[in-house]
Amino acid sequence: MKIAVLSGKGGTGKTFVSVNLAATLGKCTYMDCDVEEPNGYLFLKPEIRAEEKVTVNLPAFDAEKCDGCRACVDFCRFNALAYIMNRPVVFPEVCHPCEGCAMVCSRDAVSFQKKEVGTVYQGASGDTEFISGTMNIGEASGVPVIRRILEKSSDCDGISVIDCPPGSGCMVMETVSEADYCIIVGEPTEFGKDNMSMVFKLVKGFGKPVGAVLNKCTGGKNPSEEYCIEEGIPVLGKIPFTRNTGNLSSRGEISCLADGELKEIFISIIGNILNEMKEGVIG
Amino acid sequence: MRIAVPANEDKKTVCISYGRAPFFMIEDTEKGSREFEINPGAEAEGGAGIKAAQKLLDLEADVLLTPRCGENAVEVLRQGKVEIYKTTSDNLDDEIAKYKNGELETLTEVHKGLHHS
Repeated sequence: MKIAVLSGKGGTGKTFVSVNLAATLGKCTYMDCDVEEPNGYLFLKPEIRAEEKVTVNLPAFDAEKCDGCRACVDFCRFNALAYIMNRPVVFPEVCHPCEGCAMVCSRDAVSFQKKEVGTVYQGASGDTEFISGTMNIGEASGVPVIRRILEKSSDCDGISVIDCPPGSGCMVMETVSEADYCIIVGEPTEFGKDNMSMVFKLVKGFGKPVGAVLNKCTGGKNPSEEYCIEEGIPVLGKIPFTRNTGNLSSRGEISCLADGELKEIFISIIGNILNEMKEGVIG
Repeated sequence: MRIAVPANEDKKTVCISYGRAPFFMIEDTEKGSREFEINPGAEAEGGAGIKAAQKLLDLEADVLLTPRCGENAVEVLRQGKVEIYKTTSDNLDDEIAKYKNGELETLTEVHKGLHHS
């Protein structure tokens, strides 16, 4: 079972929730799909045993074979192709690379060149299997790296925790599409609520079961909690905003391993997810 | 010679955006004609500059007068042998006249484009 940990903005506590879930579960797989700025390794401190370069296929055009029909240029929804002086030209930074140009070419004029876009790392932190990835500087999209991380996880049994990229863009959709259950991490601000609603709409669009973890709870007004009640999103757990949690996190420690109360909260969050899954509640 | 200028909805002023301009005005100096063509880049999700530049090549523009231009668009236009000059006001008629009098300079500042992934 794959559990995606999401939030509409950075800094709400995706990694905090993910690594604490992984540490509470122990025997599980942790995947850091936040490939623009992965930081799960700071907490899990894994021993990396394998590294793999991720490549994509960039199109190259044979001007001899091309008859100028422009089917490829018209097909490319990213506008990565132009037809200049009787030949197709590709803009590698704009190419996503879907290989659709080759599919629509009736003259077999498109071949592919491999381009390295990032790296995937695999290792372990105690009983927890660890998979992470980084993008090469200057790459426009981390989707190919995320796809490779998710492919690797298919060998892993049991529960996987996916630490997702922030927001609700392409990279998030890639991770959500693979998830069996989605957790949205929220914080008690109007801005946090707004971001939560963006991710909730996305997850709902995918028809995935969803629950919320309310982070940084102060006991005061919590717009994210109000939103959960309004939308009928089950609240899986509430994490209190404490100096101790902040201190532990800032030292790269996994809070639930040092704080018994927090450990109980994470055990109960896991129990609530399993119950939700059993009941088959769709958000 | 065919001169292209990104134009606003009013068809009188130069659009400050090249790739997202609603229209391109094309002046054909031989025919003495002036036409406004819809810019397909305006509606593009991404790669607007490339799509807009493609349109200019298809319209057989020789020259583009624009306040600014992104690097991908410049590359398409460079390979397609379209010269780019920098406009100095938002008045379409004035800019065409200035170009004809040799008063406009080649566009040298190229921005990195306003990409989003």
